[in-house]
Amino acid sequence: MTIFGFGWEIMTNETNYQDRQWLDPDAEPFIQLRGVTKQFGSFTAVKGVDLDIYKGELFSLLGGSGCGKTTLLRMLAGFETPTSGTIYIDGMAMNDVPPYERPVNMMFQSYALFPHMTVESNVAYGLKRDGVKKSEIAERVDAMLSMVELSDFAKRKPHQLSGGQRQRVALARALVKRPKVLLLDEPLVALDKRLREQTQFELMNIQDKLGVTFIVVTHDQEEAMTLSTRIAVMDQGQFMQIGTPTEIYEYPETKLIANFIGSVNMFEGRVVSNDDDHMLVDSVETACRFELGAVAKAEKGAKLWVAVRPEKISMSTTAPQSVGTNQIKGTVHDIGYLGNMSIYRIQLDQNGSSEGGSLVEVTVPNQVRPKDGKHAIDWDDEVYLSWHPESSVALFR
Amino acid sequence: MKKQRSTFLFSVLCFGMAFLYIPMVMLVIYSFNYSKIVPVWGGFSTRWYAKLFESEEVWNALTLSLQIAVINATFATLLGTMAGLALVRFGRFRGRTIFSGMISAPLVMPEVITGLSLLMFFIALQQLVGWPEKRGMTTITIAHITFSLAYVAVIIQSRLSGMSQSLEEAAQDLGAKPFRVMFDITLPLLTPGMMAGWLLAFTLSLDDLVIASFVKGPGSDTLPILIYSRVRLGLRPDINALATIIIATVAVGVLIAGWIMIRQYKKQKADQQMAAS
Repeated sequence: MTIFGFGWEIMTNETNYQDRQWLDPDAEPFIQLRGVTKQFGSFTAVKGVDLDIYKGELFSLLGGSGCGKTTLLRMLAGFETPTSGTIYIDGMAMNDVPPYERPVNMMFQSYALFPHMTVESNVAYGLKRDGVKKSEIAERVDAMLSMVELSDFAKRKPHQLSGGQRQRVALARALVKRPKVLLLDEPLVALDKRLREQTQFELMNIQDKLGVTFIVVTHDQEEAMTLSTRIAVMDQGQFMQIGTPTEIYEYPETKLIANFIGSVNMFEGRVVSNDDDHMLVDSVETACRFELGAVAKAEKGAKLWVAVRPEKISMSTTAPQSVGTNQIKGTVHDIGYLGNMSIYRIQLDQNGSSEGGSLVEVTVPNQVRPKDGKHAIDWDDEVYLSWHPESSVALFR
Repeated sequence: MKKQRSTFLFSVLCFGMAFLYIPMVMLVIYSFNYSKIVPVWGGFSTRWYAKLFESEEVWNALTLSLQIAVINATFATLLGTMAGLALVRFGRFRGRTIFSGMISAPLVMPEVITGLSLLMFFIALQQLVGWPEKRGMTTITIAHITFSLAYVAVIIQSRLSGMSQSLEEAAQDLGAKPFRVMFDITLPLLTPGMMAGWLLAFTLSLDDLVIASFVKGPGSDTLPILIYSRVRLGLRPDINALATIIIATVAVGVLIAGWIMIRQYKKQKADQQMAAS
């Protein structure tokens, strides 16, 4: 685990695991998946996955369409049974438990509100099926509706509500039964951008207040990053990496992950030397020597990729005072002005000439306004790029 | 240019409408004809209507037709809904394709064949178990149910496949057992489809001449059989009156249905505006 560098060290030195139970070797996982496989005919949607999710987590399953994330969620809810493997919730094997007896509730992607019932009866439905007393049902429904700020809409039918309101009804309906786990299938996908951001924080507050374990399925990496305690990135029915948003973004384990979350610059290289605290890598393409923080098990001559995020690169029009590692020269090829920041594409010099080199992406916050339509660093300027050794990651696959 | 095109379209429309409605309008006009000979105009009169209401035969045929239609529609809706549910919701079972093909076969089967086969079936049944003792209302109703249920099943199937399964899953997720889900969610949402199916089965039964004429017995004439057998002996003004009454009833029914639909549409619009605000 030392590959994560010194930032990681500080975090693990704390003995209080309250918010990071997955680091506590004594913690009992609340949900366990053991070798879970699901096949539909000859197609394998989920391939023998293992997963531990702890109480109170907001866990995201992130991946493109067809990666198996929804199938996994439906297996947790009980709508699909695993072809092999076992799912445990709160220590109990769930394979033979039908959906209506599981201690989980689900918020459906299209919300699945019952169109012939009022908001109130939608929320009350689950409690009625459990045979809760009438007075208690009324009380709990009222409390839940006021939590999602829909008390004034109790008598309306779903089609009389806006998208955001429907989403909150669906949330209230799923939470009113006080489930141990709430499953959310693309909870924000039907909302417009502004509402989505607002709802993200609402979801986090509610989760914090109730302490329910949330499992969210999403294809939106931004959503996963802001919401989650941990993210599992899925592809072709398997987990590619499981970790906190920071780990996934800052310390991706494979090229695929690095490319999937955010943008990244990748340089192919070969190891020149590897000491305890730093590693030197020679670029294959550019005349550049990379320096990285310590990396476990990389022999001299091994092929690898050095990955640097665009915002970690500093860019200057003046040449650095001394020649060192992690320095590349190039020309501004393209500028994307986004308002709060700009995305620069820099064409690297290749073997002394500035023709045909590969492009490097650099993001720069716009602290100074462009003057007379001219950026501080403009098109065709010659620029010098550099970054700190600790800011890049070595990837082997 | 635009003007030309619109006159062209307008004349096409008029021609189409005329093609559809002139025969019916003529029938209505001649039902008010005083003359006993249908194609000869003898002045305005309502005497054929009065005569119609005096005829016991017509009344009997009408009540028989209505009775059969109601019983048929009810049973066909029940059975058709069950068939539709089984074919759409119970996953892939062995032979589902064959079943779903077989359920829609009566839709394309020539009525003559359906009628003939049912007649032979009833005769064989009578010889084997002694029931039905004689052919009449029972046999016509059974025959009607067999073909109307196919129409209902098709309506229910299309309605169900358009209905997201996640509603039923959500109910299960909230703790409802499958049987409960059926009564709380599936059936209430299917009600419009079932109503449409009921109405269709009702009209199919009311319209049917061919199948009923195969499986009917003596003295069990439905309205279409009565009309047909009378007209076969020559055009008669009182039958024109009967047809006019049927046309008027259907027209009123269509108008009411249209009015209800428009009102619902307007209400839905208002609701959506309320939601958006």
